[in-house]
Amino acid sequence: MPVFTSRVPVKSDTYEKNRQAMLALVNELRALEQRAVDASNKRLPVFEKRGQIPPHERVARLLDPGMPFLRLHTLSNYLYEDENPETSIPGASMILGIGYVSGVRCMVWVDDSGIRAGAYSKNTVATAQSIQAMAMRQNLPLVHLVESAGANLMDFTVENWIGAGAMFRNLAWSSAKGLPVITVLHGPSTAGGAYMPGLSDYVIGVKNNGMAALAGAALVKAATGEIADERELGGSEMHASVSGLVEYLAEDDAHGIVLARDVMARLDWNAKSGSEYFEKSKYSDPVEMPRYDADELCGVVPVDYRVAYDVHELLARVVDGSDMEDFKPGFGASTVCTHASIMGIKVGILGNNGPIDPAGANKAAQFIQLCDQAQLPLVFLNNITGFMVGTEYEQAGMIKHGSKMVQAVANARVPKITLYVGASYGAGNYGMCGFAYEPDFLFAWPNASSHVMGGEQAARTMSQVAEVQAQRKGEEPDRDALAEQEARIIAHFEKQESAFYSAGRNLSHSVIDPRDTRKVIGFVLQTCLEGRQRELQPNSFGVGRM
Amino acid sequence: MSNTIETLLVANRGEIAVRVMQTCRDLGIRTVAVYSDVDAAAPHVQMADEAICIGRGPVGESYLLPEKILEAAASSGADAIHPGYGFLSENADFADACDKAGIIFVGPPRRAIEVMGDKAVSKRAMIEAGVPCIPGYQGEDQSDATLIAESEAVGFPLMVKAAAGGGGRGMRLVHDAAQLPEAIALARSEAENAFGNGELIIERAVLEPRHVEIQVFADQHGQVVHLGERDCSVQRRHQKVVEESPCPVMTEALRERMGQAAIEAARAVDYVGAGTVEFLLDTSGEFFFLEMNTRLQVEHPVTELVTGLDLVALQIAAAQGEPLGLDQSDISLSGHAMEVRLYAEDPNADFMPATGPVWQWLPPCGEGVRVDAGISTGGEVSPFYDPMLAKIIAYGSNREQARRRLLRALQDMALFGTTTNRDFLIDVLEQPGFVAGKATTAFIGETWPEGYCSDLPGSSELAAAALVQFLQARATARQSALSSNNELLNWSSTNDLESAYRYIVSEEPFDLHVSPTSGQDYTVRLGDEAIHCRVLAFNDASAKIRLQGRTEQLRFYAPDAFSLHLSVGSGPVFSVTNLAAGEAGVAGVAGDGAVLAPMHGVVLSVEVEEGDSVSAGQTVAVMEAMKMQHALEAGTAGVVTRIAAGEGDQLAADQLVLEIEAAES
Repeated sequence: MPVFTSRVPVKSDTYEKNRQAMLALVNELRALEQRAVDASNKRLPVFEKRGQIPPHERVARLLDPGMPFLRLHTLSNYLYEDENPETSIPGASMILGIGYVSGVRCMVWVDDSGIRAGAYSKNTVATAQSIQAMAMRQNLPLVHLVESAGANLMDFTVENWIGAGAMFRNLAWSSAKGLPVITVLHGPSTAGGAYMPGLSDYVIGVKNNGMAALAGAALVKAATGEIADERELGGSEMHASVSGLVEYLAEDDAHGIVLARDVMARLDWNAKSGSEYFEKSKYSDPVEMPRYDADELCGVVPVDYRVAYDVHELLARVVDGSDMEDFKPGFGASTVCTHASIMGIKVGILGNNGPIDPAGANKAAQFIQLCDQAQLPLVFLNNITGFMVGTEYEQAGMIKHGSKMVQAVANARVPKITLYVGASYGAGNYGMCGFAYEPDFLFAWPNASSHVMGGEQAARTMSQVAEVQAQRKGEEPDRDALAEQEARIIAHFEKQESAFYSAGRNLSHSVIDPRDTRKVIGFVLQTCLEGRQRELQPNSFGVGRM
Repeated sequence: MSNTIETLLVANRGEIAVRVMQTCRDLGIRTVAVYSDVDAAAPHVQMADEAICIGRGPVGESYLLPEKILEAAASSGADAIHPGYGFLSENADFADACDKAGIIFVGPPRRAIEVMGDKAVSKRAMIEAGVPCIPGYQGEDQSDATLIAESEAVGFPLMVKAAAGGGGRGMRLVHDAAQLPEAIALARSEAENAFGNGELIIERAVLEPRHVEIQVFADQHGQVVHLGERDCSVQRRHQKVVEESPCPVMTEALRERMGQAAIEAARAVDYVGAGTVEFLLDTSGEFFFLEMNTRLQVEHPVTELVTGLDLVALQIAAAQGEPLGLDQSDISLSGHAMEVRLYAEDPNADFMPATGPVWQWLPPCGEGVRVDAGISTGGEVSPFYDPMLAKIIAYGSNREQARRRLLRALQDMALFGTTTNRDFLIDVLEQPGFVAGKATTAFIGETWPEGYCSDLPGSSELAAAALVQFLQARATARQSALSSNNELLNWSSTNDLESAYRYIVSEEPFDLHVSPTSGQDYTVRLGDEAIHCRVLAFNDASAKIRLQGRTEQLRFYAPDAFSLHLSVGSGPVFSVTNLAAGEAGVAGVAGDGAVLAPMHGVVLSVEVEEGDSVSAGQTVAVMEAMKMQHALEAGTAGVVTRIAAGEGDQLAADQLVLEIEAAES
């Protein structure tokens, strides 16, 4: 089998330059993520005073030590609510990811009550919906550690109100689908938030701090004039013995987490979910590692998408044994279709060594359909500036062939994993399974750039249009005004095309360190395959809370 | 020959029963074990061809009941009984009863047991036989005046001892005349309580002597030989800790003299079988008769290793009336053997006997190492019997090799569950005085004048514990996970996960955080200290870890997900409980102090009064409801502070019955 031989001289000047540039972007990513942790940690004294475990530590205690954990939406809400890059806090006041609880791969959702007491940010509800949808799609149980001041009435919007409804609807759907939701009430969960425990399958209430009520004491006073005691109104102790909302009463945060792990263990979830299939599968060790160090990814791939490179160089640092077999390598050569495996999972991979031309689109469409036929997951490595334009290509049927590729991508039933590693522009993004094509998972490298087109191209296009209009009117175009317009357009595009910006708007599931590419793809492929193997026992209405 | 033994009943338990059965198996003799109900699954029961339950746990209700044992012998068709040591081994009446029942008692004749069982009688017999004895008084006149007068003649310091005594009980060291009356009174009262016989003897105290004993062996035909000596000087309160052969200061001439004296002692009582004559050896090479043990000794393996003889096989041959077939010149000692006794006891709590489960017993093995054990994994150390669990014996071509092998064996072994004296034994073997062969009976008192105390785990040990708990939890999760790859272990996409562990050591909390760094490397954070660890090997019960630049062998046992018993290298076994999982999570939910009616019903009785102390789970009241009686239990230990309902009261569900104020734990 063809093992790829790298042609990039490692430790060359270019390599070092690429590496430094990429590592600077990774550091930027880590600094943004740290900003959320730091913001949360400002409230440590409050947690300590209340005898609580702070949210980030809750995550660590919930998860099985040493088992993999893939964080999701770490940059959500970045530049979305607060547009200032210097102050915008990413994360949407939640800590989200797929990890292991008592040996069960599950979706983990921890309210970051260190930030504004866990009150919803502008993007919290949408982000929660995103991971709920993902959990349902991948058949993952959900563990939610709740502590949220709920909606911030000062700037709540009707969209958020309706979105929160969808969040609760998702809980109902999860339960009906046969996916358990385990919730720990660490703190308040009031108003709409009260439906969070209400619609969960298992609720663990923490004594003294756990609290759920349709209306807190303040709202009760406003609504009916009753002067209510918070604990009587909605304390965990009350719910465990009087209302029956809480199944398990925990002494403290740590105990609540132990109980959540215990509940998960007692579901015996892995025992009846295609485990026979996995015993026979080859998704475990030993697998052959790539022949080239993942660390080199930062050096072999230029940060600037305009600098061409061979996508095989990237793949050689991702796939098992650096071993790949190109499909139709001599036809539509700039669109790379190849067979390889990642952590023992055989996949079809699409990559770009240039724009997609009619032959490339044709080949890709065929390859996607073949992978679908053979039930091979698809991995799309986006470094695409678009479909080829120009008379020659239009006449060759670029629209027709491109549409065929888009059609294949949209309808392929196998797991689809998309990674933005450079450019992802225009319809090229559609053909390469961009966010709208609902890949199972979509991640971006920090250097990734995505938009309808590049900023300069957009600016020049607009100038071109203006010049043509001016010529039609027989006028001389205002060069200064056009230059100013170009600069404005470029700035407008540049701001939006960054991977961090997209992630802030949940147009990717996370931005990752390029060196983690193999781990991330391997982990989510496992997630997809496990999820698809799992046979759930659905019911019509979800399990009613008794 | 009519005396041939076909079936032998071992009237004992633990390691000695197993030991005797091993030889029987070699000799093709069928074995019968007797056991108490708590020993039903004990190793000696497993090993025997037949096993008979002879009563309940307490020794007075089983192993000390001659009639039960004889019944067992009759029903199993045993033609001989081996008494082991302790229990009935030096009980002349039992030996007699065996005779009368036509069963061979594997031991000396009645007279030998009787004479040697009484310190005064034996001493008189020894003086008569010309065996050197400590100057003293062993007369029948037991009046205080005589005892005091005789003491003046013997000279101080001196020992006041119970004539029927043993094991250090009824024994008092007296430095001057003023202490004497009280010492006599105390020794007499102890002797009466312990042995039912208040008779005392007076002996000159030989200070800091060595305890050197000679193994003798005699057949029924008058042939008596000695099998060399054992030095048992390392003793703690007259209980032997280390035994070795040869004695480090022994010379050929001295062995000849002591051996001859021991043979004379045996001859004087027409001894048959295996016996031990104990002497005190002072620094000048003078030795004095102490006592003779008319049984197989605990420490007999030491002699077996240096002589190459099987003492149990010799005992059985002698009991069958066979001639010994050995002259003194046939016996030579080669190499060196050393034994330690592994006890279930807590050296840090003044050697208090310990009980509890044996979760894991990994006996040591290797060249020159012998283990005589009476325990097995999954067993239980009960409070009813001697807490000795096993003997570990090492043989080497010289003393140092034997010592090093024994040390290594102790370091390699693992016993988790009950507390043991392993760490103390290691400490003893490493003491310079012991290494130099200079230990006398004063050794332990001089080495640990304030009592023994093992080292507390330091930051490295605690880091190792946290790392082991981390790896164990990971292994458990991985076992259950559907798909998992090595390369995904320890990985998180944001690279910032730390697992928290909180341990309490000596009432001080230690918060540790384990985070993987790369590959098999980990950092354990403890306050400002960062402890770097590399995992070289890891499995269910042991690991090899590079810890602060040193490669350490770890052995551990985890009874549950929160607790861990661990030893690092040759360091002490310590246990930790991870309280980061929440104290309530570890302990289970502590019950509420309020005892409520579980349903509508009538109070039948209230079993406690205000001010009573109650334990968790104790029945405090009984209610009748729906024709059933419900015992109401205290949810927590504490003191009853209020009784809210009385007999005959009709209560609604959840109505208060009484309140308990939880005790501070």
